[in-house]
Amino acid sequence: MAATDLPAADLLPLVSALNADYARAIDDDRLEAWPGFFVEQCVYKITSADNHRKGLEAGLVYADSQGMLRDRVAALREANVYERQTYRHLVGLPAILGEGDGAVRAETPFLVVRIMRDGTMALFATGRYLDTLVDQAGALRFRERIVVCDSSRFDTLLAIPL
Amino acid sequence: MTTPPAPRAWPGGTLARVPYWVYQDEATYRAELRRIFEGPVWNYVCLESDVARSGDYRTTFVGEMPVIVVRGEDGALHAFENRCAHRGALIALDDAGTAKRFQCVYHAWTYDLEGNLVGVAFEKGSHGRGGMPAGFCKAEHGPRKLRTATLCGLVFAGLSPEAPPLEQYLGEEVRRRVARVLGKPVQVLGRFVQALPNNWKLYVENVKDTYHASLLHAFFTTFRVTRLTQGGGVVVSPDGGHHASATLDRAEDSESAAYREQGLRSDQDGYRLADPSLLDAVDEFGDGVKLQILTVFPNFVLQQIYNCLAVRQILPRGPGAMELCWTYFGFADDTPAMRRRRLRQANLVGPAGYVSMEDGCVGGFVQRGVAAAADELSVVNMGGEGAESQDTRATEASVRGFWKAYRRYMGC
Repeated sequence: MAATDLPAADLLPLVSALNADYARAIDDDRLEAWPGFFVEQCVYKITSADNHRKGLEAGLVYADSQGMLRDRVAALREANVYERQTYRHLVGLPAILGEGDGAVRAETPFLVVRIMRDGTMALFATGRYLDTLVDQAGALRFRERIVVCDSSRFDTLLAIPL
Repeated sequence: MTTPPAPRAWPGGTLARVPYWVYQDEATYRAELRRIFEGPVWNYVCLESDVARSGDYRTTFVGEMPVIVVRGEDGALHAFENRCAHRGALIALDDAGTAKRFQCVYHAWTYDLEGNLVGVAFEKGSHGRGGMPAGFCKAEHGPRKLRTATLCGLVFAGLSPEAPPLEQYLGEEVRRRVARVLGKPVQVLGRFVQALPNNWKLYVENVKDTYHASLLHAFFTTFRVTRLTQGGGVVVSPDGGHHASATLDRAEDSESAAYREQGLRSDQDGYRLADPSLLDAVDEFGDGVKLQILTVFPNFVLQQIYNCLAVRQILPRGPGAMELCWTYFGFADDTPAMRRRRLRQANLVGPAGYVSMEDGCVGGFVQRGVAAAADELSVVNMGGEGAESQDTRATEASVRGFWKAYRRYMGC
């Protein structure tokens, strides 16, 4: 039985565990593991609540394949210049919004603190993940993750994914 | 008694040296707001499509001055200070909307779409008592009005009657390069604000600096989006304040070993995209220009990076801070394929852009680097000392052009 066929109550711990693994991979600087949380044909987008509400399509980050996520990691590792920094994600409890067609829809709030190399800690982003999850070889993976940030204003730059 | 601050005299006559106090000094910053942003310039304020119908408005800023830009009942554009003539409160509180009139929330003073004061609550008092003096004339009170001008769907505003007409202000060569991109109705695809930890002029210099693009931005260079050895050049307006740089696609460049020979960080072999659709661009303007970056003094950037189009509005926020307001756009007649292309290429720009993220932090590196160097000078000498157009991008001519215009407005 695919994970996506489970009742919502049974899905909750599975989605929570996926979110926990996802956040740890980013916060522990294991970015190379990040694309693996998505299926090959996926959408990952970072936008703001304002753009999302108005149906404005562009994102700060917009990937419509797992390859584009791997490219994002490669660029951060090999090409891009930014000061050393880390995130601490606090991910809330997912709300399971619906199931059907072999997919699960979930919404999960998050909060990210950014820690700069000089020790400055600041609340960097809050928002919600709007997810569509599918079963891939017995594990839940993101077919779509839309990161809807509560604010449209971003401090300096957004390098590491949310 | 405290010692008054030392006067800030500009060192020497050359455009090729810039003192670092100009990015730090509070009095200089205040003077810039008055002499430049509120002076005889044209500030970009919004797109015409943001205020398409009568009553549509947007709130924004001219320097630090809050302003309302609104389409009037007569279809004309109006701009006025977002400040109630009574006690100074903001008149409009939303970023955008549609209104028949504006009413201040504090004491309900009311303005028409042209910024004229048309209503004062309890003007005649209550039960014959109180109210405004008999001689109070509403027409003599109102927020300051700005002039507006449009070009190719862009709306500019200015406080001073002394600014020349917009097209003359830009000059023919820059005007033509605005028209090159903005030839048909736009459709906004997204808006983001990037808060930058640096003086606004450091960002303007960065945008005008054709020299840094392929050196700081390794992503660009590696994928040959732009290299200084590619064809192109920079056009600087006669007054120095505006510029347009272009990068052409030239085949002979691919053999260039200049970057490798100089051991530059931005030349990295073996880095290839897993999904090259990011850089699948089409020549939509039919002239072989792959990138065009254009600035209008003092606060506007128009960007064409492949098929990724955006306008950027620069808002000063004190000597050491600014906001960069990004509006990504396409055209109303984009095909689905073109729209998808623009969304993918938007990864290059904005706060998370493969290219722009670095422009977001490098101004802060300068701001922090010069913390104790107020009286030291930066060296802006690439391509000589002049501010004329050049057919290379290995030059800082347009940066010097900025200082030429800046010093004229500031009288220094």
